[in-house]
Amino acid sequence: MHSSPSHPPSGLALRVRGLRKSFLGVEVLKGLDFEVRPGEIFVIMGPSGSGKTVLLKHLIGLTRPDQGEVLVNDRPVDSPEVMEKFRMAMVFQSGALLNSLTVGENVGLYLAEHRLKTPAEIALIVADKLEVVGLKGSEEKMPSELSGGMKKRAAIARALVIEPQLILYDEPTSELDPLSSVVIAEEIFALNQRIGVTSIVVSHDRDLAFGVADRIAFINQGRILAIGTPAEVRAHPDPLLQEFLNASFKPDQAKE
Amino acid sequence: MFNSIGEVVLLFWRTLCAWPHAWRQRQKVYDQFFEIGNASLLMACILSLFIGGVLALQSGPVLAERGLANLIGGIVGLSMCKELAPVMMGILIAGRIGSAMAAEIGSMCVYQEVDALRTMNINPVHYLVLPRLVAIAIALPLLVVFSIMTGWFGGAIVSASNAHIGVSLSAFFSTLKTFVDLQDIGNGLFKSFCFALVIGTVSCHQGLQTIGGPRGIGRSVTKAVVNSIVLILILDYFLTRWLLIFD
Ligand SMILES: Nc1ncnc2c1ncn2[C@@H]1O[C@H](COP(=O)(O)OP(=O)(O)OP(=O)(O)O)[C@@H](O)[C@H]1O
Ligand SMILES: [Mg+2]
Repeated sequence: MHSSPSHPPSGLALRVRGLRKSFLGVEVLKGLDFEVRPGEIFVIMGPSGSGKTVLLKHLIGLTRPDQGEVLVNDRPVDSPEVMEKFRMAMVFQSGALLNSLTVGENVGLYLAEHRLKTPAEIALIVADKLEVVGLKGSEEKMPSELSGGMKKRAAIARALVIEPQLILYDEPTSELDPLSSVVIAEEIFALNQRIGVTSIVVSHDRDLAFGVADRIAFINQGRILAIGTPAEVRAHPDPLLQEFLNASFKPDQAKE
Repeated sequence: MFNSIGEVVLLFWRTLCAWPHAWRQRQKVYDQFFEIGNASLLMACILSLFIGGVLALQSGPVLAERGLANLIGGIVGLSMCKELAPVMMGILIAGRIGSAMAAEIGSMCVYQEVDALRTMNINPVHYLVLPRLVAIAIALPLLVVFSIMTGWFGGAIVSASNAHIGVSLSAFFSTLKTFVDLQDIGNGLFKSFCFALVIGTVSCHQGLQTIGGPRGIGRSVTKAVVNSIVLILILDYFLTRWLLIFD
């Protein structure tokens, strides 16, 4: 059983060594090595289809690598004691709310299933977390009644409830309006400050990435192109990376 | 289908090991149980009534020609409870409930809900498979009791109302009573219990195996139903042989 939420959580360290993964003969991850330090906000950027989601699934042990390993506090992520000892959470790209449950039940699922709180306490926590993500009072709604962005926010609330030591966000702001994006970015940062959770954020959102990141890794075609502090990554000479960071729509050029 | 039997057996074993968690999941067991009842009770009733009726209609006149019409109660009685009710209900439930289980779990797989459960350290076997298996293992035998009763009733009505048979209700049921004993009904219920485990495990296994979007869900549903029915029919033969030892 997991430690109780009152136990002071501390961020987990993550080490990735020689990670390789192929699907149907196509190599998606081509040997990744990096470390995420306890308590830092680590942002993974990269073009669509570069393997970011696949990488995240390896980091939390949902997918087994073909080669290499992922270590959480020096233990293999797929060993049973990691799941039992540490609290980890993932916010999926699509939200991945359970469609048969209400939003409130979804958000409180972890506490209810593991019997960590009484139903009354869970209701309070759920209401609180839903308010944090701007979904106050939508406990009784079904996930199908929510928009894409609302689903994602509910999924973030569900992860917040776990009070994790490691949290993975897959594109947390991709479907949100600019204002909600800022709120979510603030919450990612605040959660990190409050409980020292190690946060790994996959995002295309340059404002979010450079706003919250302690370090950034830029992935392209299954390889790390650049890794370092936001300033280091911004100064990196690689042309593709520069294009990605500075891309903007210029109507004059498009017309020509 | 046969290469996945090992996986199905493994899933069944895991679910058995999760048995101590069944009480915790009782709410979900109730929900599943009522869903099964709701979805299949009326259909089971109609099906059994007509199966019992047609059984009497086919065998009644043949028996009556030879002056054996009074045996009809025994024939309908025994065939309903030993064979027809368990197998018919098994096939009905495989189509009605097995498909629903595979579709529901399959879509949860495709839309990453199962992954989400795993990241919350919630075991999908405890959360999804166990309640469904418990519910179906209780519901199917109950449904078979119901089916046996309506089947007998259907046979009795046809026997009494058909001019070529002409066996009264009371005569029908008194021969039935001399032919059918509790052990015969027990046999049928035991069979249906085994079928329920097959349907539940095969369907949940197919659901959990689902890959590749809505098409994958469709494939899983078809496989769940077809594999369950094939396994039921094969298992029925061997269970019957085995149960004959105790007669
Ligand atoms: N289960 C799978 N089976 C086969 N191929 C897969 C599977 N999962 C991912 N892929 C392939 O791996 C590649 C990387 O996918 P991934 O989802 O990690 O991209 P991404 O970087 O998250 O892109 P996006 O920014 O659009 O979300 C894609 O080409 C995809 O087709
Ligand atoms: Mg992705």
